[in-house]
Amino acid sequence: MYKTYKDLPAEPVASQHTEDIMTGTWRTIRPVLNEDKCIRCYMCWKFCPDMSMIVEKEGDYPHVDLDHCKGCGICSNECPRGAIRMERETL
Amino acid sequence: MIEMMNANYAAARAAKLARVDVTAVYPITPQTSISEKLAEMVQKGEMDAKFMMMESEHSAMSALIGASYVGARTFTATSSHGLALMHEMLMWAVGARRPIVMPVAARTIGGPWNIWGEHHDVITERDTGWLQIFCENNQEVLDTVLMAYRVAEDPEVMLPIMVIEDGFILSHTVDIVDVPEQEKVDRYLPPFKPEYPVDVKNPMRHGGLMMPDWWTEFRYLIYQSQEVARTKLLEAEKEFEAIFGRSYGGMMEYYKCDDADAVLVVAGSAAGTAKEVADRYRAEGKKVGVAKLRVFRPFPAEEVRRLADMTTTIGVFDRSYTYGDGGAMFNEVRSALQSTGSVMKDYVGGLGGRDVTVKFIEWIFDDLLRIAEAGKADRTVEWVGLKDGTGRW
Repeated sequence: MYKTYKDLPAEPVASQHTEDIMTGTWRTIRPVLNEDKCIRCYMCWKFCPDMSMIVEKEGDYPHVDLDHCKGCGICSNECPRGAIRMERETL
Repeated sequence: MIEMMNANYAAARAAKLARVDVTAVYPITPQTSISEKLAEMVQKGEMDAKFMMMESEHSAMSALIGASYVGARTFTATSSHGLALMHEMLMWAVGARRPIVMPVAARTIGGPWNIWGEHHDVITERDTGWLQIFCENNQEVLDTVLMAYRVAEDPEVMLPIMVIEDGFILSHTVDIVDVPEQEKVDRYLPPFKPEYPVDVKNPMRHGGLMMPDWWTEFRYLIYQSQEVARTKLLEAEKEFEAIFGRSYGGMMEYYKCDDADAVLVVAGSAAGTAKEVADRYRAEGKKVGVAKLRVFRPFPAEEVRRLADMTTTIGVFDRSYTYGDGGAMFNEVRSALQSTGSVMKDYVGGLGGRDVTVKFIEWIFDDLLRIAEAGKADRTVEWVGLKDGTGRW
């Protein structure tokens, strides 16, 4: 994108969409959904501050967008059935 | 048109002439009459601007940063504790590159309570990245506000500017001011067109997060703009002179400095008093000069170094005190002159509204001439007029 300071815009603005910024690299723990326990209430989708809980259509199980999920654990905390477990990221 | 007005009214009139779009104010002594005049002009319909009454100076500056993002020409004024409360947003304005112009009626900062004039508040903010211009009289305040908009909004600069008037000494003292015609100002000052305005058709993120990988480079861009501002200030003043016929000697005005035995560096309204004393001393055959430090940020190091070719002894009058090895202004001048071998001394005085009289400046010049003869300074800092029981004053 930019190589030196000469390429930068004069003002600190960004025209990049936030979708292009991969915040998934910040994560140390990841949410893992247990579909047996999930009742599809979509509380995790509602509470996710990063819009990283993806529900394609009504009736589907949610899945995690790991490119953007920062691993905050709010979904796991809000799940009324304890269906989301936070697992440590390992290499 | 020649009118009688104080510097506060002159600053407000300049805002009107500059066709300011948004003004957000919070009154504080000695700046209050700027806010009052702006309110009056907007209320009467003389000035076509959005007048915002804020709940604090911090909010006033925040509001202007927002308004400036959209592409409005913005204006506010403050003093002392108000400026200190703005401190955080002052830095944001610089980092966001918003060309806000703000007259500051310089006043001391408490405690204890004191409302009178001094430079401590503006000197404290010298590291925020704002450009700072000290004015000597009411006419200069009006003219400098107009020049400031032109420099600040230059696409190569895009930095905010403080126009500093001494509290009460200028802000509440009536003087003759030549108010220029609107059509002349319009010729001098084109409308503000930001490069990246907030625009729904072209979405951008302003003031988002910046990571360590480009932070340094953005700070370097600000540093570069500060350097470019030097030439832009001179150009703006040249252009101003061509249209209005007035100029103020650029970054630093040398008053009778060639062949001087001693020169005093002064900023603000005390420069006028110092020039008066220099005239009297010259008539008596004593060779003294005055260097009026007009622009303090970016610091005119080259212009200061030129003093070393004119004289051997340089005094600096600090109308504030920072508790280092001498005052802030003295230290800046001293570091600019470090390799020249000039004999230097710092004079602190005029604090908390104490008058800088002719007698006061005379004492400083006498002391400087003594030092010039001796070839070395007796001490680094002299608190002029201090009631120390020695009877020296």
